[in-house]
Amino acid sequence: MELWFTENHTENVKFSIKVDKQLASVESEFQRIDVFDSYEFGKVLVLDGYVMLTEKDEFIYHEMITHVPMAVNPEIKKVLVIGAGDGGTIRELTRYNHIKAIDMVEIDKLVVDICKEHIPQTASKLSDERVNIFYEDGLKFVRSKQNEYDLIIVDSTDPFGPGEDLFTREFYGNCYKALKEDGILVNQHESPYYKNDAMAMQKAHQRIKSVFPVARIYQAHIPTYPSGHWLFGFASKKYDPIADIKEEKWNSFNIKTKYYNTELHKGSFAIPNYVKELLENA
Amino acid sequence: MDQNRAPIFEALEKQRTDRIVHFDVPGHKGGRGNKELTAFLGEKCLKVDVNSMKSVDNLNHPVSVIKDALDLAAEAFGAKSCFFMVNGTTAAVQAMVMSACKAGDKIIMPRNVHRSAINALVICGAIPVYVNPGINHRLGIALGMSVSEIEKAVGENPDAKAILVNNPTYYGICSDLRKIVEIGHRHNMLVLVDEAHGTHFYFGENMPVSAMTAGADMASVSMHKTGGSLTQSSILLCGQNVNVDYVRQIINLTQTTSASYLLLSSLDIARKNLSLNGKEIFRKAVQLSNYARDEINHLGGYYAFSKEIIDHDAVYDFDVTKLAINTRDLGLAGIEVYDILRDDYGIQVEFGDLGNILAIISAGDREMEIERLISALFEIKRLYAKDSTGMYDHNYINPDVVYTPQRAFYSSKRAVPIKESNGKISCEFVMAYPPGIPILAPGERITVEIIDYITYAKEKGSLLMGTQDMRVENIYVMEE
Repeated sequence: MELWFTENHTENVKFSIKVDKQLASVESEFQRIDVFDSYEFGKVLVLDGYVMLTEKDEFIYHEMITHVPMAVNPEIKKVLVIGAGDGGTIRELTRYNHIKAIDMVEIDKLVVDICKEHIPQTASKLSDERVNIFYEDGLKFVRSKQNEYDLIIVDSTDPFGPGEDLFTREFYGNCYKALKEDGILVNQHESPYYKNDAMAMQKAHQRIKSVFPVARIYQAHIPTYPSGHWLFGFASKKYDPIADIKEEKWNSFNIKTKYYNTELHKGSFAIPNYVKELLENA
Repeated sequence: MDQNRAPIFEALEKQRTDRIVHFDVPGHKGGRGNKELTAFLGEKCLKVDVNSMKSVDNLNHPVSVIKDALDLAAEAFGAKSCFFMVNGTTAAVQAMVMSACKAGDKIIMPRNVHRSAINALVICGAIPVYVNPGINHRLGIALGMSVSEIEKAVGENPDAKAILVNNPTYYGICSDLRKIVEIGHRHNMLVLVDEAHGTHFYFGENMPVSAMTAGADMASVSMHKTGGSLTQSSILLCGQNVNVDYVRQIINLTQTTSASYLLLSSLDIARKNLSLNGKEIFRKAVQLSNYARDEINHLGGYYAFSKEIIDHDAVYDFDVTKLAINTRDLGLAGIEVYDILRDDYGIQVEFGDLGNILAIISAGDREMEIERLISALFEIKRLYAKDSTGMYDHNYINPDVVYTPQRAFYSSKRAVPIKESNGKISCEFVMAYPPGIPILAPGERITVEIIDYITYAKEKGSLLMGTQDMRVENIYVMEE
């Protein structure tokens, strides 16, 4: 018997993972949630048919979405994380002892419950006492906040489905308002490679650029995401992600990472010409 | 009758599966003759775009499946009979006016009617007796008709043939329909209701009273607005006092003889859906609308009004599904907020006038879209709010009616620049669209106030129309 999970990366491209067992499959109010145990990638979390994380490569995504802003402003004390029900981003944040509070806003409680049960590798730190979880719409949560956070991380799904409103101009504008005067916004920024992902990426960049004075893009290689080439957005009111990096300070934290380092940090903002062109035309 | 049935829909389904060979119109023959259109709209859609034939009846003379669908709809709306309209509620309003009035007959109506009502007067030559609607100065909008104003108009014009009521208004404001029906019937006048924005009154719970329930003689309901049918489809409802065979003749004077079965079947299916699920659909719409209103009022700067404006007179009741938001305190015209929402945030609302925007909340809305609207309004306030002095504060000017609309429309006329037209009598309409309520109608004297209003509305970005001059800079006035 062979059991395969397949995700359509485009209408004409498929990506398949050989599955040992299906550990969970539920339909929440918002989406379908599946967890597979696979031979190559370990546990795989799938929402509405799209891979959100695998145990084997989630470190790349979660390290890159947290340590980049933390190295630019190592003084960050209060963080808002939107999405992130799997807990991976929270896990990385809890490694900083000086972070005082992490508010996490996830629309779908079932994602959190299922990850706690099946994927402790990412979900284990959700019970950290600094973490406050709010189960509501991210856009709704953020619009009531003003001058409150040092960092907002948007760890969202794709801009189709329940995460759609986390790619809108009104969302980025309300994030701007919720951030302190030296605040940073980092977001999952889709991929530049396939056409539909690239269009979403362009729109997101154009909207962020219209709200924040600094809006840059950095990249990472994530094997299980479409094309493997994935982008993150770094937007801020004040800091430049390269000129303002506090390398010594960050390295003095002695956080052991598998992917991120401060050299890679600087390099990750060097992006290919075709991506530059897409961003210029956004 | 069984409201689970949808006779037009069922006949079309049968027609489609029977695989009839067509040597009749339409010439695309089930889509084969227009491949690009078929790819765009879908083969299923093109296959039911058929002409009247025995199996699917004829709208101009309904005897089988259309008649059955009309009977079901009449029952669902609590009417004696009804007509399906394929040229919008505009055609329904015109059919009401033309059924009630001949040339020279008087009809009592508020001046803040939709252009379709005054258009009907241009066509049939009836004489309008305008009742001043109440005005809410805080919001700058025209309200409903107060009973005392109607009694006054009826007393002064006992020979009038009908009273036309606009209920609810675009903003959701309702008049005392039961009382108006009583006054009209006491004086042998028909009571006609432009109920374009009130389809849900027939199906939702705790809604303002509907025209048929209030005993009105005819009502035009825009099924396509909040009822879920296709754009341009509408229903004309008739009560007990109406000669429906005469109404059909009136409708057939101007109605197409090739009525679209896409529109007709959409009415049939929408009626079925409302009958079966209407309560739940509008419960959800009310809940979303109330939620949005509370949140928006909480933001400050905006005023999303609701039942607190009820005064039991010109605002007898309020339709809470309407999410009308006053923007004046932000120093922004409604039309400016409308433009920013669409251009910067990708959010399209129904209309913006000088002081308000209107969002339509219906069966198709979800929490996420409501959150987006609220958040975008928050952002617009943060980014664009300014001092509100100098804002134009109203959208209604009492008209000075000199001639009937028909006389003025067909009189000898000349074009003059609007800016130089003070004191002249207009032969044309000028209106912002939407909402399509005339600022100026044929036969009315142009004043400095009207010229200033038109100039201000244009500056703020309203889409003005109605004059022959597409740029709305010149206007035809009567030769004197």
